[in-house]
Amino acid sequence: MSAPVSQLPDQTGHFGPYGGRFVPEALIAALNELEAAHREAMQDPQFTDELKRLLREYAGRPTLLYEARRFSQKAGARILLKREDLAHTGAHKINNVLGQALLTVRMGKRRVIAETGAGQHGVATATAAALFGLECVIYMGEVDTKRQALNVARMRMLGAEVVPVTTGSRTLKDAMNEAFRDWVTNVDHTHYLIGSVGGPHPFPALVRDYQRVIGDEAREQILQQVGRLPDAVCACVGGGSNAIGVFYAFLGDESVRLYGFEAGGEGVETGRHAAAITGGRPGVLHGARSYLLQDDEGQTIESHSISAGLDYPGVGPEHAWLHDTGRAQYRAVTDAEAMEAFLLLCRTEGIIPALESSHALAGALKVAAELGPDAVILVNLSGRGDKDVATAAEYFGYLGESR
Amino acid sequence: MSVTKAFTAAREQGRAVLVGYLPAGFPDVDTAITACRAMVEAGVDVVEVGMPYSDPVMDGPVIQAAADRALSRGVRIRDLLRTVEAVAATGAPTLVMTYWNPIVQYGVDAFARDLAAAGGAGLITPDLIPDEADEWLAASDTYALDRVFLVAPSSTDARLAMTAAACRGFVYATSVMGVTGARQRTSEAAPVLVSRVREVTTLPVGVGLGVSNGDQAAEVAGYADGVVVGSALVRRLLDADDAGDLSAGITAVADLAADLAAGVRRPAHRSAEGVLGNA
Repeated sequence: MSAPVSQLPDQTGHFGPYGGRFVPEALIAALNELEAAHREAMQDPQFTDELKRLLREYAGRPTLLYEARRFSQKAGARILLKREDLAHTGAHKINNVLGQALLTVRMGKRRVIAETGAGQHGVATATAAALFGLECVIYMGEVDTKRQALNVARMRMLGAEVVPVTTGSRTLKDAMNEAFRDWVTNVDHTHYLIGSVGGPHPFPALVRDYQRVIGDEAREQILQQVGRLPDAVCACVGGGSNAIGVFYAFLGDESVRLYGFEAGGEGVETGRHAAAITGGRPGVLHGARSYLLQDDEGQTIESHSISAGLDYPGVGPEHAWLHDTGRAQYRAVTDAEAMEAFLLLCRTEGIIPALESSHALAGALKVAAELGPDAVILVNLSGRGDKDVATAAEYFGYLGESR
Repeated sequence: MSVTKAFTAAREQGRAVLVGYLPAGFPDVDTAITACRAMVEAGVDVVEVGMPYSDPVMDGPVIQAAADRALSRGVRIRDLLRTVEAVAATGAPTLVMTYWNPIVQYGVDAFARDLAAAGGAGLITPDLIPDEADEWLAASDTYALDRVFLVAPSSTDARLAMTAAACRGFVYATSVMGVTGARQRTSEAAPVLVSRVREVTTLPVGVGLGVSNGDQAAEVAGYADGVVVGSALVRRLLDADDAGDLSAGITAVADLAADLAAGVRRPAHRSAEGVLGNA
């Protein structure tokens, strides 16, 4: 696999003060096993070749880099889209689940569990579990199972058991709590297939290793198609796996500005948002130290976003570090701004983006205005919007007969 | 006040220490205090007061339900400290069990200072391992507080030694791979884990997760220095909260504590040996 760009995390899994392992001791042995297995796998051509083959033949990689000319006209700069929406299952999530499922088999485990919010990571995990013949249990907040009934059905079709979580706020963070509880209990034969660059070490680095293919491909493609590096790379940030995936190859390219767009919900100033870096502060949640939404006594606060995939109160620790060091900039994009960008891409390019990715598009429009017409901007179009049609139709009022 | 005196006293009496857990602020702050004091009167040697937390990944449904209710009723860290102060006044060493983020936000040194001032014995930290605990190791030294880290059946020998070396007061052995909650049977992994811990430390070893009655307490007391009981006690208060009869909850907590206290005074291995010896 490709050489490391960053020396972080350090030996103990820290990105500066962030990351680490804030988990029950019972999980440490499994985390150490995972870390060792992953390190060995990444140096074993049998593993890396098999993963490359799966990404090529099953997931459809490399995904295209597409210059969105009509969208660019509206934006006032050259916008290129990394088309992760064209990958199998419709988002970048497949890169990570294929890697971790292959690793699960390599570790001799036969069961995978995962948390899911809207259901995208759950569907991706169920897909990989079906492909590898692994038992699969998906934890999903009860509130979300009702909001995303179609994805529940998709997971069940793929052979996964979906467990509605009825504790706490009954959303993604509680699904993650429940997955941790399952893992503590069944760790000898179960792998917890975390879907983002959060959680205890080695997950943030491991998921980055499986998602960096986005940026590795895009960097090569843009050099070939445009003849130079982009001026800016834009991605949406919930937990932040697609953002780390596309940023990583460019970390050493000082001329390339990196922008992460968090879900600003109804506006950061309203308190109803999911912008952990922009509107939160450092703390410990789900195994790692990073930015998170919390009250003054460290109790987690519920997040809000029209995009279920960004609706999480934390963010991966490497993003916290990239923010503090200034290497990447993090800004909030509101629901309204994201929906406007969503519609703009639909109408100018005939591409329906995921609501998550629409945050990156909205952010790119702002960056374009700042950098001017000569700017080349790479946007990670992390997923397709088919799953969001109902939400968007309701938002824009497209469901009534009068329309 | 360290828990050491409780372990020393129990050892002199040839029995195990009984550690009882209840969360602060549930069903309300004052009732929680009353319940803790009732446990002590019924024979609990060491009290563990839990700080309710929004994301308790080590806890099963009973403790999480109590924590959710306490939080929705507005429990704050100052309520936790008030609870500790009132319980410690009974003379029973009083520990706090808490997830790490509330302490990080309060300030590790500030919390240690205020806990010591309230008469607390120290902290049990379910999601803090010694590897990440530099700040807490320093603060607990400054304020002479116990620090109880967890070990698990999956811990390697090296980690058992490292973790035990970082502990003060006792070592908390989680008897099963799993979360808190009463279980039908106590664990077969627990005695093995306890004997592995004994090879690396002279500190007392407490066993928790799953003990719910006097017989199970007696069984654990047969091989451990301390028996930790949580969910079964909290269950009594949850039932009382549901029924709207808090005084019945206090009585139920006291009854269970008395049963458990009798259990730790008749460790099971001795009676078993006795039976075999007579046979």
